[in-house]
Amino acid sequence: MDTLTSVPTTIDLRATSVRELNAELHRPRAAAYEVLHPQGAHAVAAGVHHRIAVDVRGHAGYYAAGMNDGGTITVHGSAGTGVAENMMSGTVRVHGDASQSAGASGHGGLLVIDGSASMRCGISMKGINIVVGGNVGPMSAFMAQAGALVVCGDAGDALGDSIYEARLYVRGAVGSLGADCVEKELRDEHRAELAGLLTAAGLDHDPGEFRRYGSARALYHFAAANTY
Amino acid sequence: MIDPSLRESATYDRATIAAIQRAAETGVYDIRGWGAKRPLPHFDDLVFLGASMSRYPLEGYRERCDTDVVLGDRNAKYPLHLDIPITIAGMSFGALSAPAKEALGRGASAVGTSTTTGDGGMTPEERGQSKHLVYQYLPSRYGMNPDDLRKADAIEIVLGQGAKPGGGGMLLGQKISPRVAAMRTLPPGIDQRSACRHPDWTGPDDLAIKILELREVTDWEKPVYVKVGASRTYYDVKLAVAAGADVVVVDGMQGGTAATQEVFLEHVGIPTLAALPEAVQALQELGVHRRVQLIVSGGIRTGADVAKALALGADAVAIGTAALIALGDNAPRHADGYAALGSAAGFYDDYQDGRDPAGITTQDPELAARLDPVEGGRRLANYLRVLTMEAQTLARACGKSHVRNLEPEDLVALTIEAAAMARVPLAGTSWVPGR
Amino acid sequence: MCGIVGLHLRDPGLHPRLGALLTDMLAQVADRGPDSAGVAVYGDRRRCPSGYAAVSLLGAGPDVGSVHPSAVVTPAGDTTVVAAPLPTTALIDAVRRTLPGARIVGAGTDLTVYKGVGAPRALATTYDLAAAQGWQGLAHTRMATESAVTPEGCHPFSVGPDQCLVHNGSFANHATIRRELRASGVVFDSENDSEVGARFVAHHLERGADLEKALRLLCERFDGFYTLLVTSADGFAVVRDAIACKPAIIAETDAWVAMASEFRALETLPGISSARIYEPEPEVVYAWTR
Repeated sequence: MDTLTSVPTTIDLRATSVRELNAELHRPRAAAYEVLHPQGAHAVAAGVHHRIAVDVRGHAGYYAAGMNDGGTITVHGSAGTGVAENMMSGTVRVHGDASQSAGASGHGGLLVIDGSASMRCGISMKGINIVVGGNVGPMSAFMAQAGALVVCGDAGDALGDSIYEARLYVRGAVGSLGADCVEKELRDEHRAELAGLLTAAGLDHDPGEFRRYGSARALYHFAAANTY
Repeated sequence: MIDPSLRESATYDRATIAAIQRAAETGVYDIRGWGAKRPLPHFDDLVFLGASMSRYPLEGYRERCDTDVVLGDRNAKYPLHLDIPITIAGMSFGALSAPAKEALGRGASAVGTSTTTGDGGMTPEERGQSKHLVYQYLPSRYGMNPDDLRKADAIEIVLGQGAKPGGGGMLLGQKISPRVAAMRTLPPGIDQRSACRHPDWTGPDDLAIKILELREVTDWEKPVYVKVGASRTYYDVKLAVAAGADVVVVDGMQGGTAATQEVFLEHVGIPTLAALPEAVQALQELGVHRRVQLIVSGGIRTGADVAKALALGADAVAIGTAALIALGDNAPRHADGYAALGSAAGFYDDYQDGRDPAGITTQDPELAARLDPVEGGRRLANYLRVLTMEAQTLARACGKSHVRNLEPEDLVALTIEAAAMARVPLAGTSWVPGR
Repeated sequence: MCGIVGLHLRDPGLHPRLGALLTDMLAQVADRGPDSAGVAVYGDRRRCPSGYAAVSLLGAGPDVGSVHPSAVVTPAGDTTVVAAPLPTTALIDAVRRTLPGARIVGAGTDLTVYKGVGAPRALATTYDLAAAQGWQGLAHTRMATESAVTPEGCHPFSVGPDQCLVHNGSFANHATIRRELRASGVVFDSENDSEVGARFVAHHLERGADLEKALRLLCERFDGFYTLLVTSADGFAVVRDAIACKPAIIAETDAWVAMASEFRALETLPGISSARIYEPEPEVVYAWTR
């Protein structure tokens, strides 16, 4: 990687296809890229697996930074469905809002959404850390397995339905908790984790203002009482 | 010995009575493996019209009858070139032991065909031993890793399976070993639910965007399959094509599973025989039959099943349950082990239970060690060779120098049901019900 | 399964640009529904003059001028719009009498509907959408699920005066609701599940419900997956099912309310950067009245 140029390479999606962009990002010749005029295109910067920086100047469509593994990808705008879905490592930041299923099934890395995320934020998350500056919509952290979801605003209904071992931290109100999701004590190790995530996200909220939610682990073994 | 004067109810037979009593006892519905066990209209109800005077047969042992097939050449840079049109269906590491997955890879590779991962991700054993490996992309995304996606030879987006169209999965805690748990990022020993819908798309319009993302991530190199359980097959196949599938996989009601509700296995979906002509019709109406390839699965056991599926318009078939049987599942040599579990060789279906005496559907290291992956691979390769030779024999008898040249007109049906479903004439007549 | 865009203009200064704005929006959801596209325009006085009613017809045939001596006939691909100085019901009766083979796909004193099969961007040209004026409009691009790709199967479903419904998703119990509506005398044109939604809404509007009430009743009665945009003589409303998988995004400014399947369809609207943008929550009816 040390042979890569440090001057950002600019790719304008009005003149270049998403295919050409991603082909370049998958075999990068630069350490940093600036993507202009994404105009809601899908799969922008999907499948990055090098330690490169990508700045997307504008609004991205579905699956922006999908499956990111090591990249530092910033969307200077809003992101559509499934931003950073199945991220493995690296950082994805959205300066605007994110649509449904942000960070879905992510295994690692950090996803920061400065605005709000709509429904199903962190669905099936598997180790990713997600920090949302605003609110998250209903059904967020559905079947969330591992990792942490930090919500600095409010969470919608059915938060953490059928949750496994993910840790949820909400600063504002929770519409309702989903099946098997309960409030839990915010212990020192959680304050420390939360402080670390807020710092990483560049937010200065007091960890003491958050409440923690997680699994009651009552659905872990299939039984008659578990079915609807 | 039951007194012969006692009359058993056809409605409340002994199995039904046992099921009611079991439900009353436990309060939980029955979960098991395998697939539908009740009689269903199947390929057995079709026969080939071998050549005699009006048609010329090929010499059964000597004259050439090819079997190769190309899958996924519509968009992918590297389509799959398989030597035989019989593939191994997706089965998870978790449902199956690591040696069983390795054996499947070894057997398939020996005869030049593909095997498929399952819910839970890709193991190094199966990748290492599989010449052509199809990577399943499932609603749960357990073990989903873009590195593995890039290592795969094709991607199969799973919407459902024939054993349970519309249903998700459930891997019971007894099979969640530390390794399985780690691959799925879940605590060992707990029951694992697999979702029935994908977390970040629903419906064909959004699937089109998901397929685009998968192509982008893998640089348009790999074929993208879409797998559906057979139910509203005509529409589902059309929509899979509209969404951009290179290959459509239709899994009929007889298709197996590691674990699902008995009521689902026996009462949801349509038989493979009924689904296949619907799928072909959909592809033909779109003008993409043979350009978007069709793989059918669900109850493929013999070379006759293979040949009939090809004749009705499939490009390839996939086998699951039959492959496990070839590895040694339900073999008489494990009779004592089955008896100890209250089952018997030929009846064992408690794949969910993790105590498989054959060492196939288990994560118990001692049981798993019973299956030698090299020997298992040899057995599977043998079985695949027999299926292929049988299919070739039938194709030659119909005068074909390639199995893909079999056609519906080479078949007639023995029952009205099969004639109606397969859309071929009742034997000895020119009558196709519904035409 | 498809793409939806809709625009409800609050600022009369934008009325001349309705069609141009909608055309740009439609282009952004063309990929979501490549089979066909339909459009509805409210308040274009060149298409439906003041004091006239307009009907949109499929299969109008060569005798379309015989509907009324003062009929204004505008062909637009598969669709023909006929406007005449009659009340809506009288015009519909005249069409049924003189053109028994024609299918009415929209009618009202303010509304013109266009439907056709083919690439959405080309159809927008066929409908001369860019030149449309008015206070409200919507467009739908279709990927057919369980019914045929025909102009009849194309959205919007306009089954009551000045009403339109477009749908993304798939209803799960529409066959039963169809039977119930038929039993109470409602007549259906197609086997399309979305038509059942449109007939249900029209049925309740006819009985005095407002748009918001009709959609709340729809939520109670319909099972399955849906994102709906419904418009009426004076309203614009959006609703989604309880799980709300099918995409929808709403943007609002003092000058307009817009709804689309994807944000990119809203990006070209004037003032979007300062708009209030949000995704509609499950089973909440969002309604605006003129």
